[in-house]
Amino acid sequence: MRAQFVMAEIWIGLRRNLTMTIAVIVSVALSLSLVGAAMLLNSQVNQMKGYWGDKVEVSIYFCNKSDQKDVKTTPNCASGEATQAQIDTVHGQLDKNPLVQKVYTETPDQAVVNFKKQFPDSPLAPYVTASSFNNSLRVKLTNPALYQEVASQVEGQPGVAKVDDQSAVLKPLFNLMNTAQWVALAIMVIMFGVTLLLIVNTVRVSAFSRKRETGIMRLVGASNFYVQMPFIAEAAFAAAVGAVLASGMIAVGKYVLIDMVLKKQITLISFIGWGPVISVMPLLVVIGVGMSALAAVLTLQKYLKV
Amino acid sequence: MIRFDNVTKTYPKQNRPALDNVSLEIEKGEFVFLVGSSGSGKSTFLRLILREERPSTGEVHVLGKDLAKLSNWKVPHMRRQLGTVFQDFRLLPNKTVGQNVAFALEVIGKPRGTIKKVVPEVLELVGLAGKQDRMPGELSGGEQQRVAIARAFVNRPMLLIADEPTGNLDPQNSVGIMKLLDRINRTGTTVLMATHDQAIVDQMRKRVIELDQGHLVRDQSRGVYGYQH
Ligand SMILES: Nc1ncnc2c1ncn2[C@@H]1O[C@H](COP(=O)(O)OP(=O)(O)OP(=O)(O)O)[C@@H](O)[C@H]1O
Ligand SMILES: [Mg+2]
Repeated sequence: MRAQFVMAEIWIGLRRNLTMTIAVIVSVALSLSLVGAAMLLNSQVNQMKGYWGDKVEVSIYFCNKSDQKDVKTTPNCASGEATQAQIDTVHGQLDKNPLVQKVYTETPDQAVVNFKKQFPDSPLAPYVTASSFNNSLRVKLTNPALYQEVASQVEGQPGVAKVDDQSAVLKPLFNLMNTAQWVALAIMVIMFGVTLLLIVNTVRVSAFSRKRETGIMRLVGASNFYVQMPFIAEAAFAAAVGAVLASGMIAVGKYVLIDMVLKKQITLISFIGWGPVISVMPLLVVIGVGMSALAAVLTLQKYLKV
Repeated sequence: MIRFDNVTKTYPKQNRPALDNVSLEIEKGEFVFLVGSSGSGKSTFLRLILREERPSTGEVHVLGKDLAKLSNWKVPHMRRQLGTVFQDFRLLPNKTVGQNVAFALEVIGKPRGTIKKVVPEVLELVGLAGKQDRMPGELSGGEQQRVAIARAFVNRPMLLIADEPTGNLDPQNSVGIMKLLDRINRTGTTVLMATHDQAIVDQMRKRVIELDQGHLVRDQSRGVYGYQH
């Protein structure tokens, strides 16, 4: 098979069908950027959930040495670092509480490891040591709505610095992001449908406009592959261009939305870096080209018989 | 070369068969006219040989192969051994004469060197030497049909199938085309030609097969177009 000849045929086909080709490119670019956005949103959610993520609803922090000096925020820690006995007492009470499903312990050493996992890029990471953290218990409830009953049981006990309702802080955010993911997914499905119809129609029109050529090709004994290949390559090429555009769009989107805006306004959350963005790009190309080529093949089964 | 065994072809949603129980054999090297009034089944006969259609019942053998047993992906290979010419020339209007002939070689993956060599050769054979760079639109009907024959013959097929190749030509051009087909036949290529052209059939005195409403009604060597026409 002669590559140059094939390329020339593809080029002729693309130009002949220029408006349709542009429509396919734009449509593929839009649906793939939605795919990319949904994937990145997902990595963002996973990153924010961090190590404990949705495993726990309540975090109980015990006093450490520095809490002793800070009487205003942690009046319960006046007597210094929590003892192991105090920790065990609280742990024991929680184990007996029927509302508690499971209790995890996190020592300051484990906390360091988890922090570095969740904030690998943080400028603080090299300075974080065990002394920055408290001993803590992480509690999973049988019913997260009953947080208050468990909190009141342990709050104010000797050695307990602070009780956090984890879900109160993060749940709304997760809910929002989950919703965003679903919305992106729904729009994506619709866009994919539209894109597929466009590709099918473009291939059909293209096959029809080259009926003469393909008729002659079949007559002189060109293989099916040879007859169909230019159409498939055309669709794949348009999709590849669309995927590159989509990659550009999500890169710009990540830079503008996260790096320029969100990162500066919200310092508490660890945002995704360029790693996930770059790893999504080849996926977009594969999905786009694969989908488009497949649609072309199936269309040609119907419109270009032997 | 070609054998039809009790071949019947009924198109979908038609109650009368286009070909009805036709059996015949065509040997290697023959020149055969296929005649009959419009709708008698000539083109259907040719399409069955090209495997553009499949028989409803009966067997079609071409080049020693039972076409029913030929899998779809082998059909292109079979067609490379056949040449085809039609009434409407079927040239690509935006390619030159040379490119039109070369196209048939390119799409079956022939190397460029071969193409460069054989295209001028075959154009000379059909009497179009020097017209390689003309566009089909700049040629007469007879010349366009010569391009089509060049394209059909460039692979030196065993069998040349022509469906009313002179149907769009004046008598003078028709004679030229027939001389060309006769020459091709003399190289050993079997020629099977469907036609309405009484003068040509009567003049050539080759084997004549006549169809009437799908029935084989006459198979005559050194025949004429017909008694009743
Ligand atoms: N694709 C098709 N679908 C249905 N019927 C068809 C089809 N092709 C041909 N026929 C019918 O089959 C019969 C034979 O047609 P065919 O084209 O073989 O005749 P022909 O001898 O080539 O005629 P002509 O001399 O006009 O070219 C006709 O009645 C025609 O209407
Ligand atoms: Mg016909």
